[in-house]
Amino acid sequence: MALLEVSHLSISFGGLRAVDDFNLTIEKGELYGLIGPNGAGKTTVFNLLTGVYRPNEGVIKLDGQDITGHKTMEINKDGIARTFQNIRLFHQMSVVDNVKAALENQYQCSLLESIMHLGRYGKVEKEMNDEAMDLLKVFSLEQYADYLASNLPYGQQRKLEIARAMATKPKLLLLDEPAAGMNPNETKELMDTISLIRDKFGITILLIEHDMKLVSGICEKLTVLNFGRVLAQGQTKEVLSNPEVIKAYLGDE
Amino acid sequence: MISFLTSLVNGLSLGGIYAIIALGYTMVYGIAKMLNFAHGDFIMVGCYIIFTAVSTMGLSPAVGIIASIILCTLLGVATEAVAYRPLRHAASPLAVLITAIGVSYLLENLALLIFGADAKSFTSVVKWSGITLFGGQLHIQGVTIITIIVSLLVLVLLQSYIHGTKNGQAMLAVAQDQGAATLMGIDVNKTISLTFAIGSGLAAVAGALLCSAYPTLTPYTGAMPGIKAFVAAVLGGIGSVPGAMIGGLVLGIIEILAKTYISSQLSDAIVFGILVVVLLFKPTGLLGKITQEKV
Amino acid sequence: MKTKKQDYITYAVVIAAWAVIEILMKMGLLSSHLQGLLVPMVYYAIAAVALNLCVGILGELSLGHAGFMCIGAFSSAIFSLMTEDVLPGGLRFFLAFLIGTAVTALFGFLIGIPVLRLNGDYLAIVTLAFGEIIKNILNAVYLGVDEKGLHISLQNQMALGLSPNGKMLISGAMGMTGMPHDSNFTLSVVILLVALFITLNLIRSKHGRAIMSIRDNRIAAQSIGVNVVRYKMMAFTISAALAGMAGVLFSHNIATMQATSQYFGYNVSILILVYVVLGGIGNIRGSVIAAAVLYMLPELLRGLNKYRMLIYSIVLIVVMIVNWAPAAIEKREKIMAKLRGKKEEA
Repeated sequence: MALLEVSHLSISFGGLRAVDDFNLTIEKGELYGLIGPNGAGKTTVFNLLTGVYRPNEGVIKLDGQDITGHKTMEINKDGIARTFQNIRLFHQMSVVDNVKAALENQYQCSLLESIMHLGRYGKVEKEMNDEAMDLLKVFSLEQYADYLASNLPYGQQRKLEIARAMATKPKLLLLDEPAAGMNPNETKELMDTISLIRDKFGITILLIEHDMKLVSGICEKLTVLNFGRVLAQGQTKEVLSNPEVIKAYLGDE
Repeated sequence: MISFLTSLVNGLSLGGIYAIIALGYTMVYGIAKMLNFAHGDFIMVGCYIIFTAVSTMGLSPAVGIIASIILCTLLGVATEAVAYRPLRHAASPLAVLITAIGVSYLLENLALLIFGADAKSFTSVVKWSGITLFGGQLHIQGVTIITIIVSLLVLVLLQSYIHGTKNGQAMLAVAQDQGAATLMGIDVNKTISLTFAIGSGLAAVAGALLCSAYPTLTPYTGAMPGIKAFVAAVLGGIGSVPGAMIGGLVLGIIEILAKTYISSQLSDAIVFGILVVVLLFKPTGLLGKITQEKV
Repeated sequence: MKTKKQDYITYAVVIAAWAVIEILMKMGLLSSHLQGLLVPMVYYAIAAVALNLCVGILGELSLGHAGFMCIGAFSSAIFSLMTEDVLPGGLRFFLAFLIGTAVTALFGFLIGIPVLRLNGDYLAIVTLAFGEIIKNILNAVYLGVDEKGLHISLQNQMALGLSPNGKMLISGAMGMTGMPHDSNFTLSVVILLVALFITLNLIRSKHGRAIMSIRDNRIAAQSIGVNVVRYKMMAFTISAALAGMAGVLFSHNIATMQATSQYFGYNVSILILVYVVLGGIGNIRGSVIAAAVLYMLPELLRGLNKYRMLIYSIVLIVVMIVNWAPAAIEKREKIMAKLRGKKEEA
């Protein structure tokens, strides 16, 4: 059974069909790319998948379970985590606290225990800290643990956002332009990290990206969106050699 | 019946004043997207200017009103440029609100230092004593009639300015989307300055009428009417010019009727209760539009 | 843990200040006028901690905290007046403290349900509205007690129909009189420490992180599964309860009180906001120090009193612009980078 099955997804804003009859199937363990020109509706698809918008039509199934219409918070519990195109970190919190905040639903500790610093508080706090530090190490961010998130360099902020999303232990991770604003070296490093997330943690990944090197380098399959509709879908190589795709998308560059 | 009519007339008078303040408030909130907490205090400043001109310097009320409008307009523009503009793109939306509270505090305490805490008795700028109906049973004060006329006049002028001039169109564009307005070549800073100029000028007009109807002037005279006018703007639908007018009149009538028939202690509670109910059940007010956060 | 140490410093500062003041009092160096200002100083500090939890940690501006102080003050005073002849002073104050805090928490919760659906400017103005509603209603209420129980009316004292042994609790605009003077400086410092303990521990817990994540980015917080409504309610209710604690101190330090603007109007909320902003938004220790210093300073430097509020308002505006204006932040970062660069060169 596929991990994510999206069928006939549509949404309109004031008469404009931003996403129109969108279909997508992602198998467990795949690294999948969603590409298309600016304004094609890629981020809108992410917002639909994560419950920020409610679709006018269509069904979203995760692991066989219908999650259409679930709220953002519930969808995270269902198993989808995401990053944002315009980075949305908890900027006034420390780097490690950004990750610990995402561990929120995995540890039990009552408000009274939190306020009194008694009972499970100490144990929970230590375990959360250890787990968060382990995750930061995966992204080589451990030396910044006590920095304020807003004081991190741009590239590191993008990595921290991925680490934070990972902390919720998703089945499916959505990355919205993870390489935006990175230099070639940072991008190369990021590609390794993304592959590592999939291989070591077994997380399925769907990513939006403009950097063709990154897309062709790590994505096994692609979907191309244009004007809210699917233009092409399939194995990366085949899709990228599709003349229509070249005309609509690559031709623009 | 006559007592009800008297209350209604008094309500219209108070409501007309709220409407003029609310017109300024709703423009500033709709276009600059900020709650200018000090708006009510501009009214108080305007009243002190008229008071100084007329009672201290012995000038004519007309000169006092004109001076008050000019100085309040300048005050509004200067406040925006110095205190609000630097914070327009601050990380926290609370920053500019807290600063506006600071400006409100500053104006009140400046007035306290200059004029003292004791109430000044304000000489009405409206000399006409009004009209008497139903064989002397119902008296409508001159200031009441003038207030209603002025508020309607302001409404018509504002509507035709916003919809009929280039600057007015620029205001509408800035209200919708500052970024897009900039791209279209609109000077956002200038447009917002202009909005503050109009809003503050209206505050001066409202002040002259407020203190003519309720002739005691203290440094806190403007604060409550300012907040209630915001309630009126919200009731009418924030950003909507006709909404501010309707909201102001409705709120004034409700307040006076509540004072007369329920309890003078509770009338303010009722006015604020209206705010709570409107924001919870119809946050767009009577005539407002909805906006959604962009992700 | 670095953060824990910061908390201990906060407690130490409070305890040290208490010790110094106690010693000065024992040595007879404090005039009775100054001694009378000590409890108010502490309840403003508690109120500032409460408001900072709402403004700095939850990230929503409440202008209605004076209303919560009002509820804490009246509910606890009603209890103390009713049990004046039955309970000994210490126990009575302890119970009054619990009741005042609990009743305010309940109101905080109930008011939070509608209010927290809003945010930003609208939330601020609606909390102001609720604060004024609370004040106005308490100004209009007549409450008395006799052997048959509590009697309430919105008209006048006669309408209560109290028996001759009955006792007035709230007399409309005349407010409440005859509350036992159960608070003192040491007790108020203990309550301040309790408020600090609750706030600081909350911040350093998973609950606190969830609350702050909503403050920093609500959409991102939802995306990692944070229950936004639940945590906003939690923070708002606790913040209200802490303001209630300040109210309990208020009513047990004064012989007569009315629900007037002077004590419980939105201007009081704004005064507390001044303490919070000048102490640093989100900086709990700063709130305590700012409230204490700014409250006492004009009393110590006579002549300053006249200019006090003027100076505070100017400082408030300057602090906000310097700390929050993007241009000012950029300039500061440039200067910091230059300083750091020089350091590395050397």
